Amino acid sequence: MRHSCSITVGPARFRIGSDWRAPVDQLRALYQDYPQDEGVPDFTVRLQATSALRRFVKPQVAIAGDFTLPDAAPLPLEQGLLAAEMAMNLQMALGWRRHLLLHASAVSRNGRAVVMTGVSGAGKSTLSALLGERGWRFLGDEFVLLDPDSGMIVPFPRPVSLKNAAIAAMEREVDDETRFGPVMRETPKGTIRHLRPRTEAVELMARETRPALLLFPRFGFPRAVRRVDEAESFVRLTQASTNYVALGERGFDALTGFVRAMSACAIDYSDGEEGVEMVERLWSEQGGKLGVRAAAA
Amino acid sequence: MSDGWSVARALTDPGSVAGLDPTGWTHLLSAARALSLIGTLAEVLADAPVPPDVVRVLADVRHSNVAGQRQALWEAECAAMALADYPGKVVLLKGTAFAAAGYDAALGRSIGDLDILVERAGLDQVEALLLKAGWEWVKPDPYDDAYYRQWMHELPPLIHATRDRMIDVHHTILPLTAGPRPDAAALVASARLLPSGLYVLSPADIICHAAAHLIADGDLSGGMRNLWDIDRLVRQFVVEEPGFSETLAERARLHGLSDAVGRALRLSAQLYSTPIMFLRPDRARNTVHASDMLFLRRITAVDGWGRKTRKLTRQGFYIRSHLLRMPPAMLARHLWTKWRKGHRG
Repeated sequence: MRHSCSITVGPARFRIGSDWRAPVDQLRALYQDYPQDEGVPDFTVRLQATSALRRFVKPQVAIAGDFTLPDAAPLPLEQGLLAAEMAMNLQMALGWRRHLLLHASAVSRNGRAVVMTGVSGAGKSTLSALLGERGWRFLGDEFVLLDPDSGMIVPFPRPVSLKNAAIAAMEREVDDETRFGPVMRETPKGTIRHLRPRTEAVELMARETRPALLLFPRFGFPRAVRRVDEAESFVRLTQASTNYVALGERGFDALTGFVRAMSACAIDYSDGEEGVEMVERLWSEQGGKLGVRAAAA
Repeated sequence: MSDGWSVARALTDPGSVAGLDPTGWTHLLSAARALSLIGTLAEVLADAPVPPDVVRVLADVRHSNVAGQRQALWEAECAAMALADYPGKVVLLKGTAFAAAGYDAALGRSIGDLDILVERAGLDQVEALLLKAGWEWVKPDPYDDAYYRQWMHELPPLIHATRDRMIDVHHTILPLTAGPRPDAAALVASARLLPSGLYVLSPADIICHAAAHLIADGDLSGGMRNLWDIDRLVRQFVVEEPGFSETLAERARLHGLSDAVGRALRLSAQLYSTPIMFLRPDRARNTVHASDMLFLRRITAVDGWGRKTRKLTRQGFYIRSHLLRMPPAMLARHLWTKWRKGHRG
């Protein structure tokens, strides 16, 4: 392909080829802290013109690569970066087998992780991004990678995909403009802007973390906290995993071990500050319990 | 420049990958993936010394292989349970058949839909039983439905509502509009029983089907993998089935597929050094035809990014596949109907 780059995030290496220069330049800028070595990649992603003519006239980016969905709609070239991000997600969702993949975000403190999962719009990205700016280590906001052998979380700290109102909220939070990608308007998910995690999150992305607290956040509801038992967590997480079925018995063992190792809560919150405060509070309660457990053991 | 030939080389001579640099590996893996041969490559290279990055990629692929075959055999089992009241033979075809029969061709092979063959007289009952057991129509369009039922060698595809897996129910192995008329009754009659109660085609008929699918019907888009199937099957049958060459020639004649089988074997010999040559007694032996080169050009058309290359050649074969299936007047009518409906693809 005319233009290409190589990006490593956590344990996964991507090769991205493009018919145009712009998306590759944007990727290089957004991923400037990440290793960009040229070994054998885990996945290839292609940003291709939908036809020879469409490379120049109203250019349309088709999302392609090792794994593709037959019905994936092309995006206009101005959204080429989004196309690349979607294609990278698709490769992970359909091809990754080394870890159980959960559609979730995660942050950690003192070597112990909070995992947050929920449907699109539940606010898991924004919460993890906010926490990542406030003393937590950002582990990822799209996929959480769970090692079936060790039960540890393997960081996958991609740039956060901020949507709509979350963009302004994070622009207020982060004063370094160079950490933001271009603003992409009128995408299939509204306005999108990417935020590169803090440098430490990228520098520490090889360091695995033990999961400690599982949250099911829901944005836009009056404040509420509800305990979630192991069985409900398990079922909700099978829905949130893209490769649970493909992993077979390993996936089942990984997931049962995961829900047993943690306490879980569903939290409803009405704005980001409230959400952060609730996570902090649950964390300190949890920390107390962990201490009690450790003392009992 | 890598293309299908580099994948063929790696499959037939695993030692040849020893000299690859990271770029060479990257291109090989992408091309193999695009040709649906990555699973096979992963198994072939299971014991070869390869770089650590590649070990990880191929280990993932082998995980997928195991899960994929288990799923395919489970789907066959589900179909068998659904068709328990059908008194005729249910014959597995293609990848699921190779896996169920334990043939070498199953090693690492990706398996998509479930394909089965039943007698045409049993179609209505089979269809009713599958619908009752939770399969649903994929194509809601009445024209497509009618077209399948009148002219195709299979029912319109069905998909299972909860398992999301497709089944193709065949009553013969080529569209009724195609030139050759395979003997469907003979296919079913000589099918072999497996311990599960399901059947697979006889060895010679399996080769005839693979060749029909590739040469006499399709646009050769799955050519590399189809020919690899043929190579593995032929290597196994030549050893295990006494008089296999003669039986194959006979069955190919019976089904009107001598040309297709001959061509398929010549091509697989070119790509994979398949040891036997199908011999047509009335023709010069083992000749590689000039047109074979065109077929190989089409079949190996992929690049190191996994993109399809050689657009003109591919288009030529695409048009050919339609001409093979339909007489020109019928093709024109079909395309006109499709165009009016704004059908794409």
